[in-house]
Amino acid sequence: MKQVVFISGKGGTGKSTVVAALSRMAGDKVLADCDVDAPNLHLLVRGTRTYQADFSGANAALIDREKCVECGACRDACRFDAIQEDYGVEPMACEGCGACMLVCPTDAIRLTQVKTGETYVDDTSLGTFSHARLDIGAEGSGKLVTEVKKNLEQYGKDEAWALVDGSPGIGCAVIASMTGADAVVAVCEPTRSGKSDLVRVLQVADHFGIPAFVCINKYDLNDEITGQIEAFCRENGIPLIGHIPYEPAVVKALQSFQTPVEAGLTHISDEIGRMWDALAAALNNN
Amino acid sequence: MRIAVLSGKGGTGKTTVAASLTSVGICQYVDCDVEEPNGAIFLKPRLTSSTPVTVAVPAVDLSRCDGCGRCAEACQFHAISVVKGTVLLFPELCHHCGACGIACPRDAVSETGREIGVIEADPDGFFIQGRLHIGEPVTIPVIQALKKRIREDVPVILDCPPGASCAVVASIRDCDYCVLVTEPTPFGLHDLKVAVGLVQQMNIPFGVVVNKAMNGDQRIQDYCMENGITVLMEIPFSREIAEGYARGMLPIQAGGEWRDRFLSLYKAIGGGNVR
Amino acid sequence: MKIAVSAEGDTLTSIMDMRFGRAPYFIMIDTDTGEYEAVDNGAAQSSGGAGIAAAQMLVDKGIKILITGNVGPNAMKVLTAGDIPVYGGRQSTVRENMEAYNTGLLEKIDTTVPAHFGLGGQGRR
Repeated sequence: MKQVVFISGKGGTGKSTVVAALSRMAGDKVLADCDVDAPNLHLLVRGTRTYQADFSGANAALIDREKCVECGACRDACRFDAIQEDYGVEPMACEGCGACMLVCPTDAIRLTQVKTGETYVDDTSLGTFSHARLDIGAEGSGKLVTEVKKNLEQYGKDEAWALVDGSPGIGCAVIASMTGADAVVAVCEPTRSGKSDLVRVLQVADHFGIPAFVCINKYDLNDEITGQIEAFCRENGIPLIGHIPYEPAVVKALQSFQTPVEAGLTHISDEIGRMWDALAAALNNN
Repeated sequence: MRIAVLSGKGGTGKTTVAASLTSVGICQYVDCDVEEPNGAIFLKPRLTSSTPVTVAVPAVDLSRCDGCGRCAEACQFHAISVVKGTVLLFPELCHHCGACGIACPRDAVSETGREIGVIEADPDGFFIQGRLHIGEPVTIPVIQALKKRIREDVPVILDCPPGASCAVVASIRDCDYCVLVTEPTPFGLHDLKVAVGLVQQMNIPFGVVVNKAMNGDQRIQDYCMENGITVLMEIPFSREIAEGYARGMLPIQAGGEWRDRFLSLYKAIGGGNVR
Repeated sequence: MKIAVSAEGDTLTSIMDMRFGRAPYFIMIDTDTGEYEAVDNGAAQSSGGAGIAAAQMLVDKGIKILITGNVGPNAMKVLTAGDIPVYGGRQSTVRENMEAYNTGLLEKIDTTVPAHFGLGGQGRR
């Protein structure tokens, strides 16, 4: 199974729309949504649930009030301001490090697993789909991403491709999404923010040694910046495999839960198809 | 008065709104999106200072260490391993909690700093941004360091990261009001609900800005009405605004109407004095 | 001496797991007595540091040789410090891998794969 992860640096560049369109066009694949914080792919990829599980990506301190003598040693030891004045533990702040447990003179503290999210696997007409939801404000999005990928491997049936919708940014969730991938495709937009964010996320891919490809979405929004992105890719030996035109009808289609494929926007879907062919050829030649 | 601008879904226009509010008010702008800070593209500050953000990682004094391994047992994150009396450190897994130092019976563990990012500021400190170094997974220490430089003498606009993760929690904690920016698409509505859940859980009053609004799609407005949520402003979908944005320009730079509208918004959410 | 093999299941007929840190079990075989023990790899549930924790466990259990597929860089540091050489196993049962090792057919691994390598469905197959 070759794994391709779609990233962007900047949010809102069209990753999920491109992955959803590809889900209609590419064959022999499984799908995953690693944007566990704000997952969107499930809105366009529907099926029947075959697996669901709670996920625990963190521990939290639990203070036994009967043993607690309120000496304050735990509050002093805690670097995350997670223990309140009344010795309640603030779940969103607790890192699960156990420093408090080590200093407590009456052994009143232990670490307990906390649920931080849920994972799902759906059977869909477009392929097996692994996704998840991080509980609001929970830590450890990277860990949940790793679990989504583990489920992809476990519930897949040895398909040729795994298409993974990533998240914006460059932090732990993105790093967890891209490690183990055969390639990342950075979907960007020709805006100053978009270009700046693209460069940073490509640096992360380079740092982890993952081959990268670039697709410019809404490329005709700004010729100058599109040109700058093209030059950057050339100078850094990064294959530029897609130029998708700016098309407000894509948004209208999305509002009706349609990808450019169902909406008949062939100038968009053809370009995405060409991009996929180029990517598949490049990866199969390895 | 601390006003946080967040979104749930990325790319809805947080920075557009945050930077626009900053431009009309006399306030401090804080870019908490330390993974991909973009506010500077629009506000064009003169950044004159750069301060490293370091996190504490363990350092072992081998002359005191006897290889007992209690530090490795205490570490919940496998950042220390003690094998045949040798201490191995994996700083990128370290959560900077200090448990290893607490566990060591021979005082052999001390702390040293590892740089993970920088804070950049203009001369007066009215514009501050955090920037995480490439390859670093954890943003929260940079956000926390940034927030230590928040001014108390003027209102503060915090431009937050996308999503509703722990980084967003760290950004909006202790804020007085949240502006949630969204777009009228299924993605926008879904992620708005996640963001609403977050600010409600954290008990912070909030309102919604609908960006790229289209007459034909009222899903955001309907959701807000059904749930008693204030719609603060609608910014219509406009290729002109999009093209200006691409070039690093804010809507207020394009013409009069937008300046007045952001002024009203700034005052409505309790911003204070204006330019 | 004790040899450990990463495994997908808890018997000698289980297939060797190509991943080290996230293998669900380690089959530990005592070559002197011929007995074996299947040990749960609790580290497999960790988000990060799974390989480190698994390697530490093997050292603590007195393992002298490890047979597995891919090892990440952090885990390799721990195994090296613990003097546990790693031999590259095959996609077959634990028993077959032991026999291959005993007849000198397996090769030592000293290169590592990038972290989290096995979670993309890749691997030496």
